[in-house]
Amino acid sequence: MLNNQEKTLIVSDNVAVYIQNHGRETYPNECCGALIGNDNVVGKCFSLPNKTEEEPRCRFFVSPDDYRAAEQRATKFGHELIGFYHSHPDHPAHPSQYDLDHAWPMFAYVIIAVEKGEPGVMTSWRLREDRSAFDEEHVRVVKVTLPYQVEDE
Amino acid sequence: MANEIIIPTPLRVYAGKQDVVEAEGSTVGELLDNLTSEYTELRNHLYNDEGKLRHFVNVYVNDDDIRYLQKEATPIKDGDTVSIVPSVAGGSGLAMAIK
Repeated sequence: MLNNQEKTLIVSDNVAVYIQNHGRETYPNECCGALIGNDNVVGKCFSLPNKTEEEPRCRFFVSPDDYRAAEQRATKFGHELIGFYHSHPDHPAHPSQYDLDHAWPMFAYVIIAVEKGEPGVMTSWRLREDRSAFDEEHVRVVKVTLPYQVEDE
Repeated sequence: MANEIIIPTPLRVYAGKQDVVEAEGSTVGELLDNLTSEYTELRNHLYNDEGKLRHFVNVYVNDDDIRYLQKEATPIKDGDTVSIVPSVAGGSGLAMAIK
């Protein structure tokens, strides 16, 4: 439910395509990656290994070491780590209770639904201060030119 | 003796928007107690309702995860850097349906 109408996550079109492709490549498993930018603008992203020891079709896990590397990489670019993306294979782009239980404040959580291998709806969510729920924010995909650039692993 | 604590991006807003803060303590537990006494809003995100560190909150002394040391009783020496490092997890949660 969009009850956070004033909030919008601006996503570079290159980032959107990158996330779509990543979700397609890892299907039927979940993909995950880091979102880099400033405030509510995602200008870069990069994939991270899904190191879940559970079922990768419905779980993702970014290890502490990979998290630390992602934060350092964001800083190196002169930007900030502003969130993470992951896919929901054959499942709506809506956060689960498991997503809620493991969420961090401030971060944008972008979810892309991948239906039968094809990427679909992309949504973004923010954890409430009291951790009780996520609020959805609009995702606006725009063409972003330099200095932003998507970097491949 | 004060040691540096590295604060991860999502928690900086609760630590005066700083990426590094200082706190005193002879163990990791004491250090985190003092940290969350000064920055009270951090507590809810570091500890669960039972007062235990949340599962996805990782604490490192220099490059070592305290889970493999003495956990919150891990002693802190002068010059040690403590890092709070999130692990990030989620997923559609369809495990039961798939299995």
